[in-house]
Amino acid sequence: MVKPVIVNLTVNGEPVSRAVEPRLTLADFLRDDLGLKGTHVGCEHGVCGACTLRLDGVAVRGCLTLAVQCEGAAVETIEGVTERGVLKDLQDEFVARNALQCGFCTPGMLISAGELLERNPLPSREEIREQLSGNYCRCTGYQSIVDAVETTARKRSGQNT
Amino acid sequence: MTDRRAMTVLDRPNSYIGRSVPRPNAARLAQGRGTYVDDIVLPRMVHLAFCRSPYAHAEILSIDTAAAAALPGVVRIVTMADLKDYCTPWVGILDHLKGIKSAPQWPLANGKAFFQGEPVVAVVATSRALAEDAVDLVEIDYRELPAVADMETALDPDTPVIHPELGDNLCFERRIDAGDVEAAFAEAAVVVEETLHFNRHTGVTLEPRSIVCDFNPAEETLTLHMSVQCPHMSKNLYAKHLGLDEDRVRVICKDVGGSFGIKIHTYSDEMTAGALSVMLRRPVKFVADRLESFTTDIHARDHRVTAKMAFNAEGEVTAIDMDDLTGIGPYSVYPRSSGIELNQVANLTGGPYKHRNYRVRARAVFQNKGVMCQYRGVGHPIAVAVGEALIDKGAAALGMDPAEVRRRSFIADDAYPYTSPSGAIYERQSHRESLAKLLQTMDYEGLRREQQELRGRGVHRGIGFASLIEVTNPSPAFYGVGGARIASQDGCTIRLDPTGGITCATGVTEQGQGTEAIIAQIAATAVGVEPRHVRVITGDTDVVPYGGGTWASRGAGIGGEAALQAGKELRRNILAVAGAILQSTPESLDIRDGVIVDESDGTERMPLAELGRLVYFRGDTLPPDLQPELVATRHYTSRSYPFAFTNAAHACYIEVDVETGLLKLLKYWVVEDCGTVINPLLVAEQTRGGVVQGLGAALYEECLYSPEGQLLNGSLADYLLPMAGEMPDIVVEHVTTPTETSELGAKGVGEAGTAGAPGAVMNALNDALRPFGARLAHMPFTPDKILRALGKI
Repeated sequence: MVKPVIVNLTVNGEPVSRAVEPRLTLADFLRDDLGLKGTHVGCEHGVCGACTLRLDGVAVRGCLTLAVQCEGAAVETIEGVTERGVLKDLQDEFVARNALQCGFCTPGMLISAGELLERNPLPSREEIREQLSGNYCRCTGYQSIVDAVETTARKRSGQNT
Repeated sequence: MTDRRAMTVLDRPNSYIGRSVPRPNAARLAQGRGTYVDDIVLPRMVHLAFCRSPYAHAEILSIDTAAAAALPGVVRIVTMADLKDYCTPWVGILDHLKGIKSAPQWPLANGKAFFQGEPVVAVVATSRALAEDAVDLVEIDYRELPAVADMETALDPDTPVIHPELGDNLCFERRIDAGDVEAAFAEAAVVVEETLHFNRHTGVTLEPRSIVCDFNPAEETLTLHMSVQCPHMSKNLYAKHLGLDEDRVRVICKDVGGSFGIKIHTYSDEMTAGALSVMLRRPVKFVADRLESFTTDIHARDHRVTAKMAFNAEGEVTAIDMDDLTGIGPYSVYPRSSGIELNQVANLTGGPYKHRNYRVRARAVFQNKGVMCQYRGVGHPIAVAVGEALIDKGAAALGMDPAEVRRRSFIADDAYPYTSPSGAIYERQSHRESLAKLLQTMDYEGLRREQQELRGRGVHRGIGFASLIEVTNPSPAFYGVGGARIASQDGCTIRLDPTGGITCATGVTEQGQGTEAIIAQIAATAVGVEPRHVRVITGDTDVVPYGGGTWASRGAGIGGEAALQAGKELRRNILAVAGAILQSTPESLDIRDGVIVDESDGTERMPLAELGRLVYFRGDTLPPDLQPELVATRHYTSRSYPFAFTNAAHACYIEVDVETGLLKLLKYWVVEDCGTVINPLLVAEQTRGGVVQGLGAALYEECLYSPEGQLLNGSLADYLLPMAGEMPDIVVEHVTTPTETSELGAKGVGEAGTAGAPGAVMNALNDALRPFGARLAHMPFTPDKILRALGKI
């Protein structure tokens, strides 16, 4: 076993300093070391998108990022996003539109959709579908998710839905 | 007349049945505050990883664990020899599937491995990473044996017999011969035939199978935190095979990250976790990784069906003759068996139609691949696609419109209740009305015109239909009569708390489909409170009434009826107390929005919270002969029919690029008749999700095996799933034919989407390719297969 390495970062705005094995993924670090269970691990090879979180503002896969890569970085998970309230409208729309069933993909889906709306405030349904194609959902069939993102975008842009 | 109102509980003032109420548990999940099994951490918990057979069929010659055991952090390494005192093997057969056979399955390979991925050695360590490190250090000598991979040759005399003690590789055979099939084909105006291949695929729950087993030696209790659909079934099976008192096994199932039928079976690795928790007397966690999921989760389908259909000159179906062969892996899966899917194919093919001549031979054969068992839809996608492909082919041969041939061939609307030639009994179906509504919703004539116009411009679009029936609300005929301790009844306990709030404990489980929402709606309606004042408890065998859980689209129809009857009983009890307190007759009172009111004019008499205060804290003020019972329990079993069949009509509109073979899904429509709709939003979303799983199966998903029985695509990078970008918008409409077997009138809806979509998209594809004389019936319909059918490659 390789010796642990100290890593210093902020997670959801709080400074964190921990000794971690170099092989530890950011997703496992958040879940197992910090108890942030909202980041879900679905495939561990970067395909399903359930572990999507924000690293210095960019949406990344928690399972393809190592904790040791995050020295000095700012990580934000679904817990932090919820606490800050920045996606509250989108979260409310997900609930109203039943854009989640089992909820396992939902934190990653919300973070991906949130990033999309920052880059493209009024995406078309096709653009939403395209952008969310990095996040698998096995329950909904996606239409309700697309509806929820579209409705949120319109409301944010002051358009009637 | 209170009874009159009781008969129409759906029409009660402030009924929440039929309303799109959001799910009470969704906000928690949308904040990442769910509790999935892998989120659970217990004191002294250790982690489990497995050495799994790299071969499809092999003898285990020796196992050397010395180097692995020396690794720091390793707690215990066991083989099957070490587990024999802790766990008994299981055999996946059911008494009512005549002649079905299988071999004993052990938690770890017992001398031989029969499929790639079968667990051979279990390693327990203080972390999963360390357990996997140790797995790499275990040395196992195998002697590879010839693998039986191809189901088509599994019964050949020169094919090795996988379990010699069984005599051959035949697991189960079902035959039906009803009417006079030979005569019907001899007299037919048109006969069409097709061979269809249904790809082996799997459920791919985003949350993998997960379990934490916590044995407490002081109490001899075993608590299982499981991601599961049927907690009481698991309680029974773990007690039975681990030699524990069943009353001391508790299954707790909080949030489940997708199940779809994957999480109703007995898995070796999970049972090993249970045995190890008993052995080590501490909590053991096992969470499958994605490769383990692909190799060891149950797979589904893998059928080859050759079928022919006869029509008379009027375009009515007169006979079906079919042969179904399915490869089920090396074991019939326990306890539901791997005979059910082919049984469903045999029972349901051509289900909407009025032919009386029906012949089937269906066989399940053993092979050295992953195990095959019940996944969402169970047999329906095959039965529907076979019947609907032949209907479309017949319509083309007859020179008739495919919708018209369906209309003419449907069972007559006045023929219900109707017994099909396979013996299935339908209470009432709405095929003609559903199809008519579908054609109107999709603007069928307009689409046909568009299709014709675009063909002239080299754009090739196709329209495909699928009419279907679906088994829901199963009675004990499904498993109970076969000797499996899988409850078909379910119960609900409902209570009024001192606050005026309602707490409801139900035996049906929440997998994200909305069980807790609909139980709250039903309870709220039956008692007379707002749904936000109802809390629903699911998934804990120490707390909820004994029940079957979630499978065969039973939650709403069975669990919902139990909740309705429990709620009505509680309401009666509350009104009896209220009558005594208010010196009125119970019949003159009602409960509306949490307030006792005069039934006649709604005048408020007393809030439920005040009644609760008096009953729980001031019993001294109540009449001396009144003992209030503010808890009620009711159970429900469907008995008057073996199943409540639903029906639906699907249509799919696609475009094929004949140069690239790419198929684009343009739009999809469903008209569903699931009886009483409790929550239209949730029903629509169950339907959409189901359709997308069916589209995935037909277009992308396939567990690919080499001739040696090696899974070639055990990762999400290689196994394709439907993504947002490829899926169409799906329109869902309803026809409502409530079942009269229950007061609620609800049938199931969880699987109908999956049942219809493969057939509908197949028919749409073949409709698009008709001008080219090309035809496909081999799923999944990948671009290369489409180009090959077009003769382009």
